[in-house]
Amino acid sequence: MANPAIITELQPQGIQESGQYQEIDDLLSKNQHYKEGFVTTTSVETFDKGINEEVVRAISAKKNEPEWMLDFRLKAFAHWKTLKEPHWAKAEYTPLDYQDYSYYSAPECGSCAGQCSTEGGTEDSIENEIDPEVAKAFAELGVPIAGDDANVAVDAIFDSISVSTTKREDLAELGIIFCSFSEAVQDYPEMVQKYIGTVVPYHDNYFAALNSAVASDGTFVYIPEGVHCPIDLSTYFRINEAKTGQFERTILIADKGSYVSYLEGCSAPVRDTYQLHAAVVEVIVHEDAEVKYSTVQNWYPGDDDCTGGILNFVTKRGLCEGKNSKLSWTQAETGSAITWKYPSCILKGDNAIGEFYSVALTNRRQQADTGTKMIHIGKNTRSTIISKGLSAGKSDNTYRGQVKILPSAEGARNFTQCDSMLIGDQCGAHTFPYIEVENPTAQIEHEATTSRIGEDQLFYCKQRGISEQDAISMIVNGFCKEVFSELPLEFAQEAEELLAISLEGSVG
Amino acid sequence: MLLKVENLQAEIDEKQILKGLNIEVKPGEVHAIMGPNGAGKSTLANVLSGRDDYEVTEGHVTFDGEDLLELDAEDRARKGLFLAFQYPVEIPGVSNKLFMQTALNAVREERGLPALDMFDFDEFAKAKIELLDMRADLLERSVNVGFSGGEKKRNDIFQMALLEPKLCILDETDSGLDIDALRVVANGVNALRSAERSFIVVTHYQRLLDYIKPDHVHVLYNGQIVKSGGFELVHELEENGYDEIIQQFENKNQ
Repeated sequence: MANPAIITELQPQGIQESGQYQEIDDLLSKNQHYKEGFVTTTSVETFDKGINEEVVRAISAKKNEPEWMLDFRLKAFAHWKTLKEPHWAKAEYTPLDYQDYSYYSAPECGSCAGQCSTEGGTEDSIENEIDPEVAKAFAELGVPIAGDDANVAVDAIFDSISVSTTKREDLAELGIIFCSFSEAVQDYPEMVQKYIGTVVPYHDNYFAALNSAVASDGTFVYIPEGVHCPIDLSTYFRINEAKTGQFERTILIADKGSYVSYLEGCSAPVRDTYQLHAAVVEVIVHEDAEVKYSTVQNWYPGDDDCTGGILNFVTKRGLCEGKNSKLSWTQAETGSAITWKYPSCILKGDNAIGEFYSVALTNRRQQADTGTKMIHIGKNTRSTIISKGLSAGKSDNTYRGQVKILPSAEGARNFTQCDSMLIGDQCGAHTFPYIEVENPTAQIEHEATTSRIGEDQLFYCKQRGISEQDAISMIVNGFCKEVFSELPLEFAQEAEELLAISLEGSVG
Repeated sequence: MLLKVENLQAEIDEKQILKGLNIEVKPGEVHAIMGPNGAGKSTLANVLSGRDDYEVTEGHVTFDGEDLLELDAEDRARKGLFLAFQYPVEIPGVSNKLFMQTALNAVREERGLPALDMFDFDEFAKAKIELLDMRADLLERSVNVGFSGGEKKRNDIFQMALLEPKLCILDETDSGLDIDALRVVANGVNALRSAERSFIVVTHYQRLLDYIKPDHVHVLYNGQIVKSGGFELVHELEENGYDEIIQQFENKNQ
């Protein structure tokens, strides 16, 4: 049921000058129900706060890494120290004190003293090794880490380490590697060494350098030639410890003619200080291969003023290396205090296809600066960008996208559509498209619209018996339909529900 | 009695519009409310349907035995009060079908009826489209997006048919309609008339009333009903205008 009380109380005020959207604002500001906001109490090993070369070496030692991995980290760390925190995004925050974060935190499990993350093993033994509190947390989040009957394989990451990877044996029969990043470094070092830093070099940007230095864990996926991965692969990221950064490194390789659909979900407990999430994702798509990469991001956005939320500074990039390769990024971003994220496609192979479908919702004082980059290098490469930005409360939502056609990209085409919807009258929507065309045969289209959910629309719905919350979610989902239809079915449903919850005033 | 309005006073932006309005509507009756511009006709429709912008300062409204003013707009709708809008609103990206299925199921829940699934709703809606002789693609289009003025009003009548309300308020539904569209709207209303369903037709002109033939006609002026009568009052107004009635009323009050 709706919030009858609010509506009647507000009735006598009528429309005062600033009161026109008061009702919606009130409704939205009541969204304090972040159901993933619980804290798990378990024995953990957490490094002391601070970052220096010793910490980098200690992380590497903790993970028993080979020399080349340590070198990679140290090079990245040395470079990071020369960089300045970027502030060009349309988001305001005070510079972070990087010495005030801990760079390694992992639940300890009695039976193996924290070693299980690097040792693999069968599903059963992994399950047995998981800290029961951690297992409970994932159960509560609805993440199937036991791997029973779920039609999806899951890599569950808790703070700095991967605690469980399901269905690995089934996948191994097809030659698919699906494991945590730490395990990959141990078990498939030549492959990790071959690909790490090839799409996102350690010197790429400030947060990529930081990630390269202190990368905690992540997921490693390899789909061999000609294999169509029969189930969705997914990673669930959970930040639990306060004042801990999460720095996963995800590498996904689709060999010739293969296909995989990969999903990512994220959440974190309610905390009163900013938490840092600086991940790097590298995707390599070979000839005739296709990768669908979907994210539903529901990091804790912080309190009413968005203090204490997650700072989500992520570098995601895919290289469409071979001919006819295809990479699709689909994202639903509803959480985080600040989002800084531009999943990109480098379309190197001829006829390569890059797609970006995004819904970004901001509420309260959330700030999102997100978009994509499509770099056309190969002939007849095509890219599609559909971005839907929703701003409510006092939030700012920015689309920033680059389309670059290099001289070699004969016959390249791009279609971009950026739609913004304002909910209320104190939020902002911004669009910054950067288009660089260096080949006259290219065709570029860019469409943009801005609309607003109005009192009139809401009253029209209510007069037909539809509650205000259903009305908002109906209007919003109608707006996002094109993007949600790109998400895998269950994810699409989750995304719709998330939007509804993020916009709702009175759940729970 | 389905609707009883007593001494209703309401204001918007601290300006009083309704100044002690009384009206009683029995089940099955069709009432017309006429009056010059600025009399308060649309305010009455909006106040009865629960629009937030208006503040009720005095008076009581009972609807089907309940205190109407205590209910939210959506609850009034669910209990059977329907407003056909003077300017129906566009909702991009939301199909008429989803919109009306959601609305109908909210109303059905209130009535203790099970929700209709997509297939049942389709059949139910198609029957109504035939009843009103409307275009079959109506359901597939986004709510009022790209509709002509006449199509929007027709869509409102279609929604009215689907929700099967007890009381239908038509807020100047005839404004801006050509004669063909007007006839379609009027036929729709006539098709929906029944011994239980009542109508309040708010209008500026007599045209629509010639098709609908109300049982009672009220003249609204300066926030009050200044004269009530039967259908003959429509023609009296058409011939003499509002001035004579207003003059009589002013004299009586002096």
